[in-house]
Amino acid sequence: MPVTTDLARVASDLTGAAVYVISRRIGFYLLTAIAAVTVIFFIPRVMPGNPVSAVLAKMQGTVVTKQTLSALQAEFGSDTREGLLGQYLHYWNDILHGNLGISTSNGMVPVTTVIRGALPWTLGLVGTATVISFILGTLLGILVAWRRGSWLDTLLPATTFFQAAPYFFLAFLAIDLFAIKLGWFPAGSARNTLDFPALDWTYISDILDHAILPALTIVVASAAGWIVGMRNVMITTMDEDYVLIAQAKGLPKRRVVWYAARNAILPSISGFSLAIGFVVSGALLTEIVFSYPGLGFIMLSAVQEADYALLQGIFLVITMAVLVANLAADFVYVFLDPRTRQEA
Amino acid sequence: MAIGSTDLDDAQAADLLQLVPEAPAGRRLRLPRSPKVLIGLAGLTGFLVLAVIGPWIAPYNPAETFSTTASFPQPPSAAHLLGTTQQQQDVFSQLLAGGRSTILVAFVAGLVATVLSVVVGVTAGYAGGLGDDLLSMLANFFLVLPALPLLIVIFGFLPPSQGSDDVLIGLIIAITGWAFGARILRAQTLSLRTRDYVESARVIGERGWRIISFEILPNLIPILASSFLFTVLYGVGTYTALAFLGLVNPNHVSWGGMLFYAQVAGAEQSGYWWLFIPPGLAVALLGTSLALLNFGIDEFINPRLRAAGLSRRRARRAGAARPPRRFVLGVTPVLRSVPPAGDDGRPRGAPIRTAGRCSRSGGCAWTTAPARARCTRSSTPTWCCTAERCSAWPGRAAAASPPSPTPSPGCSGPPG
Repeated sequence: MPVTTDLARVASDLTGAAVYVISRRIGFYLLTAIAAVTVIFFIPRVMPGNPVSAVLAKMQGTVVTKQTLSALQAEFGSDTREGLLGQYLHYWNDILHGNLGISTSNGMVPVTTVIRGALPWTLGLVGTATVISFILGTLLGILVAWRRGSWLDTLLPATTFFQAAPYFFLAFLAIDLFAIKLGWFPAGSARNTLDFPALDWTYISDILDHAILPALTIVVASAAGWIVGMRNVMITTMDEDYVLIAQAKGLPKRRVVWYAARNAILPSISGFSLAIGFVVSGALLTEIVFSYPGLGFIMLSAVQEADYALLQGIFLVITMAVLVANLAADFVYVFLDPRTRQEA
Repeated sequence: MAIGSTDLDDAQAADLLQLVPEAPAGRRLRLPRSPKVLIGLAGLTGFLVLAVIGPWIAPYNPAETFSTTASFPQPPSAAHLLGTTQQQQDVFSQLLAGGRSTILVAFVAGLVATVLSVVVGVTAGYAGGLGDDLLSMLANFFLVLPALPLLIVIFGFLPPSQGSDDVLIGLIIAITGWAFGARILRAQTLSLRTRDYVESARVIGERGWRIISFEILPNLIPILASSFLFTVLYGVGTYTALAFLGLVNPNHVSWGGMLFYAQVAGAEQSGYWWLFIPPGLAVALLGTSLALLNFGIDEFINPRLRAAGLSRRRARRAGAARPPRRFVLGVTPVLRSVPPAGDDGRPRGAPIRTAGRCSRSGGCAWTTAPARARCTRSSTPTWCCTAERCSAWPGRAAAASPPSPTPSPGCSGPPG
């Protein structure tokens, strides 16, 4: 069937029930975002101990101005002049105005500035690695399910090992082997500090050169999940009647597998929300080992310096990014699966 | 398996999980004896023993400093089998002693999370209505929330004095790890709720808690075991990550803490492999054992996966007279033990269609090896379908009905 008519039909379908499904999902993600902000607001307030004094203890040696102190007190609610509800509303007001507080470990610059410097690196690295690992893992999963009983089945225990190993352990190994022993790639950082940032080939190739090893680590560690998931669903799908009919018609095997795979991929896409959390968490740790200047790296320094405002800001940004990624996966799902469009 | 948060998947998950509890009572939880399961079981037992005796058999006190003059980690030697750390402590002793904390935290997390997931998941699935909506939403919320960043924030605020309490750490990890189990338990409870035996218990007038604990829970055991192992696996990874970040007291010996010190010493840049390979490998092997065991349970839950992993040689050993060179597309044989001849009037070797083995559309699956051998022997592609088809989608009715002993016509042409 020509793709154009297919798209046209999907577009007309999308107007009806799909809008309902999607708007429900958007509603859920909005509620989740509100809940996440609420959780992050209450954590410092229900934890034992006084975060302000903890910060001050870690800031020994630096000059603490009165301004810093009041900023910290407002941040953690030790400022008792305002009630809890007032603080909560205040917090929301700040967030909606893009004010995430002040980063104490980076010379009192706004948290948003610090995050803005790190976010592109993480988005580029984790985004690319996730897409590659999803495509690669899904294709391998199809292959493993198709060639059941062949040597490819031994791939499963091997990938299990890579999945069970912590991301950062694989990162250790990758650096030790490919960067130090073989010297193929740089061992850390995102670019040569001497480079002049410009849109020329030297700069871009330098960035790619630094990104390959961390990206490879993330792909190797996360592909296993997609492989196993796709294989398991694919094996069930290959028993469906339409696959049998397709084969009975004498269609080429490749085409039959394609029919089955198109349907088997749906649970992988709907399982995205679980997987993306793992991948992002693992990627943050990978960044730390590679000293890659993304969110994971500054998150570690925020922890070490007790820079709580930055820590909360990073959490919120990561959560929003994960929610957006989930929403995108839902869009794709509605687009791919006609059953969601026939509902209601 | 549908894990995501679209409403659709519940039906799919329930459908997949439909395959679980049809086995006769005696067969429950008898795992397929594949090498995967055996290796996984052996590995896990080994690690559990290590967790108990590790700190006792360690040759040295893991915190003891052996030299005040050396400023670099010393490579492995006869005195120190795996070398020393930057602080000149014995790596091998730390490795043996560090397992206890890692495994304790992971199992506490697994236990607590499993209890939470049963409470939330089964209640949601059984109650239905508004309660179900709210509880499902709670589970979905925890599912999409990125767990590690949340834990980093929580542990960032935790006073250091409490950072070395294993049980507390396990509890906190469990809070972020129960949602996945709750989701699949809910899906399965939804499908169990409408089964005949549950309906009849309700008609008899049994109370809700009794139906849940005596009729529904026993049938959830395979899924429960699977989600427990999954959460323990998650606990191992998460605890190691938190310790690696230095968020739990680093002087509390654990594998993650060893990796933390390896990072501090710049082990990967300087080639001190004995600092990061032993603990990393230990975590990876523990995780692999858990995952392999989980594979076994998956294969128990879904027999198709079991047959799918069969090589030709093993298929023959399992009783197939002439295993096919390659399994045909569209049909996955389900191997079970050959039934005793004629105990229910079924001719020996006739294809039997057991309820619960059906795919969504009632695709072909046959159960006895001789039957399959007979089918593959014929020259042209043949379809071995039983006369009656369990066609119901979502398949509840068919799966709930008792196994039909109706002999099938055996090998026939394509249906229709």
